Amino acid sequence: MSFTVPLSWYLVLSAIVFSIGVAGVLLRRNALVIFMCIEIMLSGVNLSFIAFSRFLHSMSGQIFFFFVMTVAAAEVAVGLAIILTIFRSRESVDVDEVNLLRG
Amino acid sequence: MLDLAWLMLALPLLGVFLNLFVTGRMSERGIGWLASAVVGLALLVAVGAFLALLKLPPQQRHIELNVYTWIASGSLSAGFGLLVDQLSIIMALVVTGVGFIIHVYSIGYMHGDPGFRRYFVYLNLFIFSMLILVLANNFLLLFVGWEGVGLCSYLLIGFWYERKSAADAGKKAFIVNRVGDFGFLLAIFLIFALFGSLDFTTVFSKAPQLVQSGVVSGAAITAITLLLFVGATGKSAQLPLYVWLPDAMEGPTPVSALIHAATMVTAGVYMVVRTSALFALAPLSLTVVAGIGLATAFFAATMGLVQTDIKRVLAYSTVSQLGYMFLACGVGAFTAAIFHLMTHAFFKSLLFLGSGSVIHALGGEQDLRRMGGLFSKLRTTGITFWIGALAIAGIFPFAGFFSKDEILWETLQESLFLWAVAAFTAFLTALYMFRLIYLTFHGPSRVSAERAAHIHESPKVMTRPLVVLAVLSILGGFVGLPLIQGGNLFKSFLEPVLARAPLAHGAAAAEAGHAAIGFELFMMIVSLAIAVAGLVMARRFFLQRPELAQRAAEVNAWLYRLLCGKYFVDEAYDLLVVRPVKQLGTILWRGFDVLVIDGIANGAADLIRGASGALRRLQTGYVKSYAVTMVLGAMLLVLYFVMR
Repeated sequence: MSFTVPLSWYLVLSAIVFSIGVAGVLLRRNALVIFMCIEIMLSGVNLSFIAFSRFLHSMSGQIFFFFVMTVAAAEVAVGLAIILTIFRSRESVDVDEVNLLRG
Repeated sequence: MLDLAWLMLALPLLGVFLNLFVTGRMSERGIGWLASAVVGLALLVAVGAFLALLKLPPQQRHIELNVYTWIASGSLSAGFGLLVDQLSIIMALVVTGVGFIIHVYSIGYMHGDPGFRRYFVYLNLFIFSMLILVLANNFLLLFVGWEGVGLCSYLLIGFWYERKSAADAGKKAFIVNRVGDFGFLLAIFLIFALFGSLDFTTVFSKAPQLVQSGVVSGAAITAITLLLFVGATGKSAQLPLYVWLPDAMEGPTPVSALIHAATMVTAGVYMVVRTSALFALAPLSLTVVAGIGLATAFFAATMGLVQTDIKRVLAYSTVSQLGYMFLACGVGAFTAAIFHLMTHAFFKSLLFLGSGSVIHALGGEQDLRRMGGLFSKLRTTGITFWIGALAIAGIFPFAGFFSKDEILWETLQESLFLWAVAAFTAFLTALYMFRLIYLTFHGPSRVSAERAAHIHESPKVMTRPLVVLAVLSILGGFVGLPLIQGGNLFKSFLEPVLARAPLAHGAAAAEAGHAAIGFELFMMIVSLAIAVAGLVMARRFFLQRPELAQRAAEVNAWLYRLLCGKYFVDEAYDLLVVRPVKQLGTILWRGFDVLVIDGIANGAADLIRGASGALRRLQTGYVKSYAVTMVLGAMLLVLYFVMR
């Protein structure tokens, strides 16, 4: 006999991973960490894509997963560059100190 | 030579540009002579054109040069076209001739003025505009010149703009002229609406047929001519718009001579004569022109009697003489009007330049009460001034005698009453003119001691123009000899361009005139006697027994006060026009502009600033608050989809 892990478990896990990412983004100050937390959020979403793809017998979810990965890679390249320049000019990557555009 | 007539315009314009942009580092002398030279060359061109015109048979002396089409829109077409005929060439000769003499005189008069170059730029620009005015072959171009001379007049009256009175006088001249120009513009619109063209030749040749066939009503022609005359009253300082001219004396004296005596103010007369073909079709307008002209001549002369400023006497005299010209137009004697215009240009610019020489000698003194006994010290000025005064008073054989006598004679043909008033005005003319002479040049000196020490005759560059003008004032009249058959060269030269007014005398009177040559001679002696009477009376009142003039003023105290107050016309205009307009302006300013217009503009700005002040709080500058907002937003969205 084989035990199949039900879809809801995947989804719960995905939600947990996503929430960890959200909490990190909201609570941490270090721009680099926030950035990594965003990657965690993306991983959570990717997990649910894969799970749905498996259970609905559809390839769309997997295709979307690759799209998300690609975009994430591009985003890392741009984001890291921005963080690097912020650090060069301010000697800090604390997002609370970057508030020049305050109204 | 006639094809080169455009050079007359191009040369002064060249002078304007050279003095504006090129001669910045040149000496005064160079600037002045350059400006004079371009006008002198324009004079040569005018003389050449005149001689070329004389060679043609009288009926062909009508040359049109179309330089280019200026405006072409629908059926409206106005070209930059010049018309050279007997009338315009005489005007061009007067403008460039007198203009040249006054340019030369100005080199001496304006010596050392910080605005020397600016002065000559304006002066050249004036000559250019005036030539456009007299040479234009259509109404629109005439109007361009008309406005151009108005602008130059404004600029030159206010030439010494640091003086408030001068700046005010400039504005007054400009604004009063606007009233007249408004009438002129309406007349141009009407002409275009009725005749479908603005060209002189077309309009004047069409007009009689259209009126006869009833296509254009006589009332319309009357309206056009009256509106044209409104324009003329503004520019030529006639009742009721004459008030700007006496104030215009704030400008430099040569400007008064050139613009406010010899040329620009005669533009109205020129325009009426140019449109004589229309005026001839409107007897009512002619009556109005004669009436206004005569009234102006008379009232201005009475005001001139009591003025104490040497230039203002001459200003009122100019207004009065312009009245004579319009009187001549009004009785259909258009050639006499132009004849008087020409002789007046000679002797009045002579008188103005002479007064400028006196003012120069006295270091700026203009008050007759502080002059006197200057004849022995300013010999050239004195003699030439005498010649000018004899000419304007109409004493044989000076120029004014011929032209004024012709006007009086033509007026007598028309009506005895008009003649009587005109003749009395001639008496007043002689009286105020010789009063001026006696108070300035004769009798005891009333010059203040410190000024008396510096009295000197003006330099040659100023006195020579006086001599030239004096010669013209003596000889100028002989081109229009009366009595002798064919003696009136001026009239026979000018006649072909003019319409004969359908007045009673016309040909019949000309015949009667030949029959009654003795009568004409008698009338000449009468007008001469009138002028001499004025001279004698002035001599008695202002030289021999000054206390008589004093007593006359005391006996007629109210009349004297009325004249000194210039009939209080300025005050009346102030009360009736200037102040209500100012009050209306204040009401609109405080009530409408500040409250409504500014209220709307400032209110809109305040609203947006208030709203944005509230919204800017959202931009906290903390990345986390943005992130929280996003998360909350996402949660709300999810909640919405779940709850649905």
